[in-house]
Amino acid sequence: MSETPAEQPGAAPPPPDSEPPETFAARLSARYRIGGIVAPLITTVVAFLAGGIVVGATGHNPLSTYRAIFNGTGLNWLFPWVSGADRVDAAINLQQTLIQTTPLILTGLAVAFAFRCGMFNIGGQGQYLVGAYVAIFVGSSWAHLAGPAHVFLAVALAALAGAVWGGIAGFLKATTGAHEVISTIMLNWVAIWVGDYFFGLSGPFQGPDQFNPISNTVADSAKLPVFWGDPELQGLHVGIFIALGALVVFWVILNRTTIGYEVRAVGFNPSAAEYGGISVKKNYFRAMAISGMFAGCAGAMDILGWEFNLSTPAIHASSIGFIGVAVALLGRNTAIGTFLGALLFGALYVGTSTRQLDATVFDPQLASNLTLIIQGLVVLFVGADLLIIGIWQWRKRVRLRTRQPAG
Amino acid sequence: MSTVELRERLADRAVAGPKQVAITGTFLGILAAWLALPPATVRTSTVPIVLGAIAIALGGYAALRDERRVGYGAVAAGIVGIPLGLLVQHSSVSHLDAAFAWGTLLAATLRYATPLTFAALGGMFSERSGVVNIGLEGMMLAGAFFGIWGADKSGSWIGGVAIAMLAGGVFGLVHAIFAIHLRADQIVGGTAINFLSLGLTGYLFIQVYGSNGTPSLSTGHWLTGESIPDVTISSGNNFFAQVFGQLNLMIWISFAVLVLSYLLMFRTSIGLRIRACGEHPRAADTVGIDVYKVRYVSVVVSGMLAAMGGAYLSVGFTHSFNENMTEGRGFIALAALIFGKWRPFGAFAAALLFGFSTALAYAIPPAYSDTASSVLRSSALFQALPYILTLIAVAGVIGRSIPPAADGRPYKRQ
Repeated sequence: MSETPAEQPGAAPPPPDSEPPETFAARLSARYRIGGIVAPLITTVVAFLAGGIVVGATGHNPLSTYRAIFNGTGLNWLFPWVSGADRVDAAINLQQTLIQTTPLILTGLAVAFAFRCGMFNIGGQGQYLVGAYVAIFVGSSWAHLAGPAHVFLAVALAALAGAVWGGIAGFLKATTGAHEVISTIMLNWVAIWVGDYFFGLSGPFQGPDQFNPISNTVADSAKLPVFWGDPELQGLHVGIFIALGALVVFWVILNRTTIGYEVRAVGFNPSAAEYGGISVKKNYFRAMAISGMFAGCAGAMDILGWEFNLSTPAIHASSIGFIGVAVALLGRNTAIGTFLGALLFGALYVGTSTRQLDATVFDPQLASNLTLIIQGLVVLFVGADLLIIGIWQWRKRVRLRTRQPAG
Repeated sequence: MSTVELRERLADRAVAGPKQVAITGTFLGILAAWLALPPATVRTSTVPIVLGAIAIALGGYAALRDERRVGYGAVAAGIVGIPLGLLVQHSSVSHLDAAFAWGTLLAATLRYATPLTFAALGGMFSERSGVVNIGLEGMMLAGAFFGIWGADKSGSWIGGVAIAMLAGGVFGLVHAIFAIHLRADQIVGGTAINFLSLGLTGYLFIQVYGSNGTPSLSTGHWLTGESIPDVTISSGNNFFAQVFGQLNLMIWISFAVLVLSYLLMFRTSIGLRIRACGEHPRAADTVGIDVYKVRYVSVVVSGMLAAMGGAYLSVGFTHSFNENMTEGRGFIALAALIFGKWRPFGAFAAALLFGFSTALAYAIPPAYSDTASSVLRSSALFQALPYILTLIAVAGVIGRSIPPAADGRPYKRQ
């Protein structure tokens, strides 16, 4: 991270008429932008190819597998020639994909925001979970509130809880220098086990069923309204708009506010920022709190949007926060990149689920693990931008060399 | 020797230094809680309060005389010891006797600590050479799956452990290539290893064994030769026999690996080289140490040791494999390494502490199943204890944990 600060594209959509395209700086930034799109693209293609090799090596057909996964995601809804019953199915599948994309955008932003301040927030999972706990508590117990106020309070307090959980790591880094990677990993597991205690058998927030470790169910007034599809069949809730709004908020904070300026300055070079009068410690805390806010909000989206309650096995199995790391890395910590990364991983998650994938083509249990393999490869290759950039430049050099004798 | 000198020497001997005072204080603080437990089960509340107060006073004395670290340690022991002792006294003696059967509790501690010890020692090799290893969890999981698979295919636990170590070594090699030659961010690389291992072991598990699960002792086609054997020293009923009488072979191997790791790391020139690469790679390079080679070997060894921990878990302990069966143990091992300040015996002590908290987490709920307290009836908060302790440790409340200077920094040859 620290090695290549200049390659982080400053803003997702570049200001259109800020500089004439002829200057050296503009050409340079254009090259970085191309590299910025190309590297994640190559990474994704390589990861899918490697995943295909695993599928092929274990005696399945990779092409039909990927085709079935693609149809399971519902992205074929976008093709105009899909019609009739297929189209109805595709719509339902696409709703599921977008339901998963919603929290992934937010946990992706949680990682990306801290990244821009030079920190690696692996704690998205813990921040997501404490947000979910608070959303359940507020959503199930303050039932006398009117609908909009109830939803608003539940989301706001969940985001606040996430901010506190992330802020602890930021505070520790600012005051004692404790590395945020270690403290956020520890906070993840504390959040998981505290949730296990809260909603487990005879726990303080266990639901009415005393033989199952499941929380109370969120009241109707706190549920996010469904705007596409049947609410009974888990249609798409309005949380997707909150997530899209968060992308805008992320971009505006980073690029149009003093807070964002300071955060980016610290991310580029903490000593220079300190010398320029920016408090590095304050920004460590602030960036982690804002990161946590995004992740906590993601927890609220899942709880108020479609889950409505939480069981302890679900707490242990949840990985939305961890996938957020892959989303942000693939999206190069920009708003648009995070959106595309979240869509990719949301689609993969849904496309390989037991409910969506055609089991006659490929076993969904295998497929969900294939998703993890692809995620792992994506993160592995994204981390090695030296490799990708090396290949990119080598290709160019080869092209130059082959052209030179002719000219 | 003049009489003045002699008198000074005697005075030095007679009055304990502040450090010894603080250590006594820590001991008293622990005693404050321990006396309330079986077998002593002291029931008067003055005992923990008085002992804890003395501990705090001694700690304060030492802290004022520039023995800050141990001093504050003693103060903390007193502050924690008093409420803990009082809390324990609230519980009935029969409950305590059921939960704190020391012999079985300590044997369980060793069982839970062993996978952590292996992985933490592995992590020590990697991090001492300057490569952060967040991927311990994934390497451990790989060891768990390939251990079972190898034992099943080769028909012997030795083959299982060997194949597990090979798999862990391969994952270590992948991490090493990305961390060393490609100079990728090591935390990102480790995260990738964790995802990759989770996916790959889950995929192969379903592909090879399907919904039937791995062969096990109960389904019949798993022979006892395929499990790592227990070593029976004594089958008596005394305390020693309860703790050490019937331990798995891997637990004894972990003790051996611990001692060997210590000797290798701190008593040989190889260890000196590894540490030099982790503290100041440029200087190491200048004196002719091949930094890349040292780091490669260290990270691969780290993967192999972590995989041994995983293999113990599957082949030696549960005799089966489940998807994601390590469930964060790799991260607890990482925590043990940090808690133990990147030293072998420190990491082992931390692993024992965390193993003890796991053993308690399994011993307390059944003993307290008839009480109203949800804290005691659920094991969850005890499971969270290792992570909270590590959080306190990295925050530096009781002595800061400082990593090797070049830990996590890619090195570029010149």
